[in-house]
Amino acid sequence: MWTQIVFWVCAAGAVVTGVAVFRVDSMARATFALLASFFFAAGTILLLNLAYLGMLVVLMMIMEMVVMVVFMIMYMMNPAGLMPMTMVHNRKGSLAIAGGVFAALATGILLIPWPTSDQPRPADPTRALGEALMGSKMLVMMVLGLCLFATMVATVVLATHRGRYDRYGDGLRAKRPDDPVRGGLDR
Amino acid sequence: MVDELPWWGGLLLPVVLAALAAATASGDAVLHDRASGGPGPRAAVTLPLREAGGLLVQQRRRTVGADVLLARGGALALLPAAVLASLVTPLGRWAVADLSIGIVWFNAMEAVAWAAVWLVGWGANSAYGLVGGYRFIAQGLAYELPHMFALITAALGAGSLRVADVVAAQDPVWFVVWMPVAFAVYLLSVLAMSFWGPFDQPVGADAAGGASAELSGVDRLVFVAARWLLLTSGAAFAVPLFLGGGAGPVLPAWLWSLLKTLAVLALLVWVKRRIPALRMERYQEIAWVVLIPVTLLQALVVAVVVLAR
Repeated sequence: MWTQIVFWVCAAGAVVTGVAVFRVDSMARATFALLASFFFAAGTILLLNLAYLGMLVVLMMIMEMVVMVVFMIMYMMNPAGLMPMTMVHNRKGSLAIAGGVFAALATGILLIPWPTSDQPRPADPTRALGEALMGSKMLVMMVLGLCLFATMVATVVLATHRGRYDRYGDGLRAKRPDDPVRGGLDR
Repeated sequence: MVDELPWWGGLLLPVVLAALAAATASGDAVLHDRASGGPGPRAAVTLPLREAGGLLVQQRRRTVGADVLLARGGALALLPAAVLASLVTPLGRWAVADLSIGIVWFNAMEAVAWAAVWLVGWGANSAYGLVGGYRFIAQGLAYELPHMFALITAALGAGSLRVADVVAAQDPVWFVVWMPVAFAVYLLSVLAMSFWGPFDQPVGADAAGGASAELSGVDRLVFVAARWLLLTSGAAFAVPLFLGGGAGPVLPAWLWSLLKTLAVLALLVWVKRRIPALRMERYQEIAWVVLIPVTLLQALVVAVVVLAR
């Protein structure tokens, strides 16, 4: 009974705050509406007794949304709700696509014969889920993680406009780096 | 080892936290009074409470074009987050909740400060507030990763994210003995996450109060109180994480927990008075170039010890 109520509050809350992301004018409000939507989504994960994953969603999404709000305000047209702008484009096309995808997924949910199990709940559902998802694919996941990390580092290295030759001179012989920002190590 | 309290434990928690926070604020005020020649220790002891009373009756100011929803939401989110962070912190043998993922819970609650401080700074529609908000994001990027590695190291030593298991694993050797680096980094992070002491630049006087520049009345009281509570919560969590929880001779466990928490708080107050402001761009480089490798090495040492024994 209570889990039913909490589930529907979370489900409806996630959708409503998700809609709010595209209805509000301010990029700050849009970002934190999205954060609220993630919180509701985390609620449904907690309902599945996946405490670790649920709290991880809360933890990571707070940080991600705070980093995202910096970029939203930096790059979007309407930073503080001062100039009207719309977050939606190609209204008819996207409505058709969204409706179609929703209908397909909903029929899928209703038509698929979901597997049932008469085994008792595992003591630690998070571990069981992790093993089911990637037990045999751990090596792939580790390599994938390394690749993603290397890509991030490479992107930052390529994107930064100051390299080591700017900092330590053409021969890399400067004792102290020449940096525009004061403080830090070695200077 | 750690028992969950019945429902009234949840009511007791804010009271205990508030008392610890008020004691710390009073102690800090007395030291400040002594250093700066104020009206004397007797007046300084009650100064935080009198200031709180003053804020309670002060009229709220509002800036033009403020985003009141976001600004108040930020301050209001910080207060429960600071209290809820201590939900999993045991006082001796009792905890309000003994979650299987207690350490992640604590981490998630203190991360709320990221959003809250930025929201308060942004919502005021003031340049100084904005500067303070962005300063805290930069500070967060600096302190959070070494902080997480310090938390993980303690969890690694116990082989569990449950705080009760972490406390039990410190019998007889406290984690602070063989994880001193993680402990030191954790204390630095507590100062940084509660933007207090050497890390108070997000609300620094050089930016007219930074994120809290435009706060007044009840809004300021909520924000400042939440900051003290966050500091207290962080200091209190160091006790089960590194200082053996309620372990100690003669005295009951709950008293040991309280004494250790007060000792950590006293250490933090001392650090505040000894170390000058550490700007976030400087700490960023220290954190990523020195602290992250050092905490990773600490985690490696702990992992090897756990595997070998």
